[in-house]
Amino acid sequence: MRVKIFISLKNGVLDPQGKAIERSLHTLGFDEVQDVRAGKYLELAVDAPSRPAAEARVREMCDKLLANTVIEDYRFELSDGDGD
Amino acid sequence: MRWGVITFPGSCDDHDVFDSLKSELGQKVKFLWHKDEFAGNFDCVVLPGGFSYGDYLRCGAMARFSPVMRGLMKFAQSGGRVLGVCNGFQILCESGLLPGALVRNAGLQFVCQQVHLRVEETDTPFTGGLKKGQLLRLPVKHGEGCYYADPKTLEGLRKNRQILLRYVDAKGKPTASANPNGSLDNIAGVCNQARNVFGLMPHPEDACSQLLGGDDGAKIFKSIAAACAGKARPHA
Repeated sequence: MRVKIFISLKNGVLDPQGKAIERSLHTLGFDEVQDVRAGKYLELAVDAPSRPAAEARVREMCDKLLANTVIEDYRFELSDGDGD
Repeated sequence: MRWGVITFPGSCDDHDVFDSLKSELGQKVKFLWHKDEFAGNFDCVVLPGGFSYGDYLRCGAMARFSPVMRGLMKFAQSGGRVLGVCNGFQILCESGLLPGALVRNAGLQFVCQQVHLRVEETDTPFTGGLKKGQLLRLPVKHGEGCYYADPKTLEGLRKNRQILLRYVDAKGKPTASANPNGSLDNIAGVCNQARNVFGLMPHPEDACSQLLGGDDGAKIFKSIAAACAGKARPHA
């Protein structure tokens, strides 16, 4: 199973990168842009007997290592197959 | 007094800590390699600065799972004194030994400068030889030293007096311009509730000799040595 994991800073945590990107976009004339938040995106493949089993394992990976839940939120998407 | 200094892959201040303790302060120091089991009889163990595991994923995120950390966690939980400097502070936060987290500096720039710090609490082994309100001058050098904790955690830190050092100006005021990285409440260093684990972003090991521009850092190491020798002031 393929997994796509999205990690973002929690609301309330300063995101100076997002702010700098937003300012750059404004400078380039994209005045409609607001609330830019920079995050992380991870892809991985897991071998699991079922979808719920894979979800449980991925959640454990996120809580333990991939995200720091003091400052970050995460969500993930699963898809069948072992890739392209 | 026996000191341990842990070397992770990517640590770069481990020798600074070792040399300052040994040469400047005449202490007994031993290196601990991250892949070895934590073994030895130590009075204080230092997690040094640097870029453990290349700062991949998050600073300190992978170092916390190094084999040596299992024993260090037990050491800390049974009252052993642990000092984390810079990347060491980040590792202690990632491992849950200290509350909060360190994120990208508010100005996005790596900061490398001298800062003034105000000593906020003295009833710890790390600050026992200092005076409340005393100013220290130490260097900082980091890209991700902006201290963050959620409002509830911050409230707990204040209530339990776990904030040991704040960034201040030369007059001792915690102003925004004296804050090099945007840390909440100008926090430069915090301890755990049991007061035996302390993390700070500034580098005491780089300020142990007048030749290096100051020896305020030695005051922190001397506090620890005095506490370990049983000469600490009684807790307030």
